[in-house]
Amino acid sequence: MATIQFDSAEERRSASLLGMWLFLATEVLFFGPLFFGYLRGRLAVHEAFVSGSHHIHFWLGTANTALLLTSSLTMALAVERAKLGRGVRLMLSLTAALGTAFLCIKAYEYASELGEAASARGGEAMFYFLYFAMTGVHALHLAIGIGLVAWLWLTARRYGERYSMPVEVTGLYWHFVDIVWVFLYPMFYLLERYNA
Amino acid sequence: MSYLTEGYTLRSWLTTHDHKRIALLYAVAITAFFFVGGAAATMMRLELATPAGDLVSADTYNKLFTIHGVIMVWFFLIPSIPSVLGNFLVPMMIGAKDMAFPRLNLASWYIYVIGGAFTLAALVAGGVDTGWTFYTPYSTMFANGHVVLVIAGVFVVGFSSILTGLNIIVTVHRLRAPGLTWFRLPLFIWANYATSLILILATPVLAMTLTLIALERLAGIGIFNPALGGDPLLFQHLFWFYSHPAVYIMVLPAMGVASEIIPCFARRPVFGYRFMAYAILGIASIGFLVWGHHMFVSGQSLYAGMVFSMLSFLVAIPSAIKVFNWTATLYKGSITFSAPMLYALGFVGLFTIGGLTGLYLASLALDVHLTDTYFVIAHFHYIMVGGSVMAYLGGIHFWWPKISGRMYPEMWGRAAALLLFFGFNLTFFPQYLLGYLGMPRRYHEYAPELQVLNLFSSAGAVVLAAGYLLPLGYLGWSLLYGKRASANPWEATGLEWQTSSPPPQHNFHETPRVERGPYGYDPVR
Repeated sequence: MATIQFDSAEERRSASLLGMWLFLATEVLFFGPLFFGYLRGRLAVHEAFVSGSHHIHFWLGTANTALLLTSSLTMALAVERAKLGRGVRLMLSLTAALGTAFLCIKAYEYASELGEAASARGGEAMFYFLYFAMTGVHALHLAIGIGLVAWLWLTARRYGERYSMPVEVTGLYWHFVDIVWVFLYPMFYLLERYNA
Repeated sequence: MSYLTEGYTLRSWLTTHDHKRIALLYAVAITAFFFVGGAAATMMRLELATPAGDLVSADTYNKLFTIHGVIMVWFFLIPSIPSVLGNFLVPMMIGAKDMAFPRLNLASWYIYVIGGAFTLAALVAGGVDTGWTFYTPYSTMFANGHVVLVIAGVFVVGFSSILTGLNIIVTVHRLRAPGLTWFRLPLFIWANYATSLILILATPVLAMTLTLIALERLAGIGIFNPALGGDPLLFQHLFWFYSHPAVYIMVLPAMGVASEIIPCFARRPVFGYRFMAYAILGIASIGFLVWGHHMFVSGQSLYAGMVFSMLSFLVAIPSAIKVFNWTATLYKGSITFSAPMLYALGFVGLFTIGGLTGLYLASLALDVHLTDTYFVIAHFHYIMVGGSVMAYLGGIHFWWPKISGRMYPEMWGRAAALLLFFGFNLTFFPQYLLGYLGMPRRYHEYAPELQVLNLFSSAGAVVLAAGYLLPLGYLGWSLLYGKRASANPWEATGLEWQTSSPPPQHNFHETPRVERGPYGYDPVR
C-alpha cells in the first residue's frame, strides 16, 4: 500500500479522520442551498407546506427515523468491535440491513406519493419538489454509505487492535447521513402537523 | 534518478501517485483549456474591433463569452496555482514525501478531465449562451442550448477542487517536517491552505445550486421560480456565495507565489511575516461575507447593500497590508530583475489597480453607474489575469528549474514578462474608460464613438496572445535544450530548494529538520 508519506499508522489514522471531517464540512455546505430553498419556500407559501406535511406518510417517516437512529447505534458498535477485532461483521451487517430497510420504505413512500406530487400545483408543487430533492439527496448519501459498509464487511479481516481506521472513517460518514435525516424528519413530517 | 525518470511510458504517468507528476498532468490539462478559453476571447476582441456586429452573430457572441468565462474560471484559474504549483510544492515546502492522500490526488485529476469532457462536449454540440453566471430565470426557463451539460461539467470539476483542497489541508496539518511550526511555514503554504479552506467550504454550495438549476430546467419546478414561492434572487445569493470567494481562490495562491519570489530576488526577508499570514486568513474569512456586492442593483434590501458595501471595503485592509509589505520587502534590498521577479512585480502593480477599482464597485452609488459595464470587466481581469495569471507564470518560471531540471532562457523570459505587462494594460485599461463611458458588457456591437478605445483594447489582445504563446515556445524548448539547473539556482531558502533538481521520487533522501522561519535572506551577499 502506498503510504510512504506517513511515518506511522497513527499519523495515517489521524490524517484520514481529519480528511473525513473536512469532507463532512463540505457536505454540510452541499446541503446548504436546499435548506435555504426550504426556508424561502416555507416563508413564501406557508399554507402549502402545512398541507403538504399532512399528505406524506407520517408513520413511515417515523419508522424510518427509528431505523436510521438504530443503525447509528450498530455503526458505533461496529467501530468499537473493529478496534477489538471480533464481531465486526455482525454489526456491519445490521447497519447495512437497517440502512437498506430505510431505503425500501422510502422507495415505497416515493411510489405512493408520486401521483399526487405530479398533479400538485403552485406552492404544493414546491413542497413536493423540496421533499423529493432533499430526501433524495439524503437517500443517495445513504446508498453510498451502505456500499461503504458492504466494502468494510468484505475486508473485515483486516481490522483489529492495530488497524481500524476505515471503519472509523466510514462511521463518521454514516453518522453524518443520520444527522441530516434528524433535520429532514421534523422539517417535512412534524412541523405544523397538528395545526390546520 | 529523478521523479521524471521513474517511468517513461504514458501508463506510468496516467497511473502515478506522485504529487509532482500529478501536478504536471494538471499543467498540461489546464494549459490546453487556457488556449481554448483564450481562443474564445480572441474571437470576441476581433468582433469588437468594429462597432457593427459583423464578424459573429449576437447568438454566437453570447456563446463565446459564456465558454470563455466557464473555461477560464473553472478549468484554468481555479485549478491553476493550487493544483499545479500547489500540488508540486506543498509537500516539498513542508518536507513531506507526498500529499496525504496520493490516490485521491490522482482521482481529482481524472475528475477534472471528466468535467472538462462534459464541458467540451457541450461546446462542440453547440454551446451555451447564459453567461458563466447561469442567472435564473433565463437559464432555467428560456435559454436554448446545452445548459445541463455545461452544469454537469462544472459540477464534476467542483469535486476535483474540493478533493484537492481537502488533500492540501490534511497535508499541511499532518505532514510537516519536524520543527516546521505554523509560523515557520512559507507564505505560499499559508496561501494555499487558506485557499483550500475556501475550496472545501464554497464549492459544494455551487455544486448544489447548479444541481437545482438543472433540476428546475428538467422538471419545470424548483426553488428559483417565483410563481411557486421560489426566488430568482436566492439563486444570485447562492451563486455569489461561492463565486465571490472563488475570486480569492484565484488570487490568494497568486499572493503566495509573489511572497516567495519577491524576497528571493530582493534578498530580504518578507516584511511583516505574521501580518502577511494573518492577512491571508483575513482575506479568506471576510471574503465569505461580501457576496452581496454583486447584487447592489438586483433589488436586495438597501440595508443589506450597505452592510455588504462596508464588508467589501474591509477586505481592502488585509489586501493593502499585503501590497505595502511586498513593497517594504523591496526597501534596501538588492533587487535582481529576473523574469520571475518581473512577473511578481507586475502582479503587485496590476493587483493594486484591480483592487483599488474594486473599491469603486463596492461603493453603492457609484456601482449603479458601473454595474454590468466594461469597468467591471476591466476590474476583474486586472485581478484574475493581471493578478493570478501573471503570478502563475511567475511561479512557473521561478520553479521551472526545480520542476524540469532545466533553466529557461532568461532573456526570453524577461521579454515575455514585459510583453505581457504591456499587452495586458493595453487590452484592459481602455475598458475602464469604456465602462465609465457607459459601454455595457455582453453585447457584440456598440456605439461608433467608442471605437478608438475598443481598437486599443483589441490591439492589446493581439500583444497579449503573442505574450502567452512565447512561454509555451521557449519553456518547451528549454525542456530539451535548456541549461541543466543546479539544486538551488536562485539561492532561495525554501525546503524545496534543498533537494536535487528535478527532485527524486519521494522528494528528499532524508526528511529535513527545520530550525528557523522562512526567508532567511541577507541583502549583503
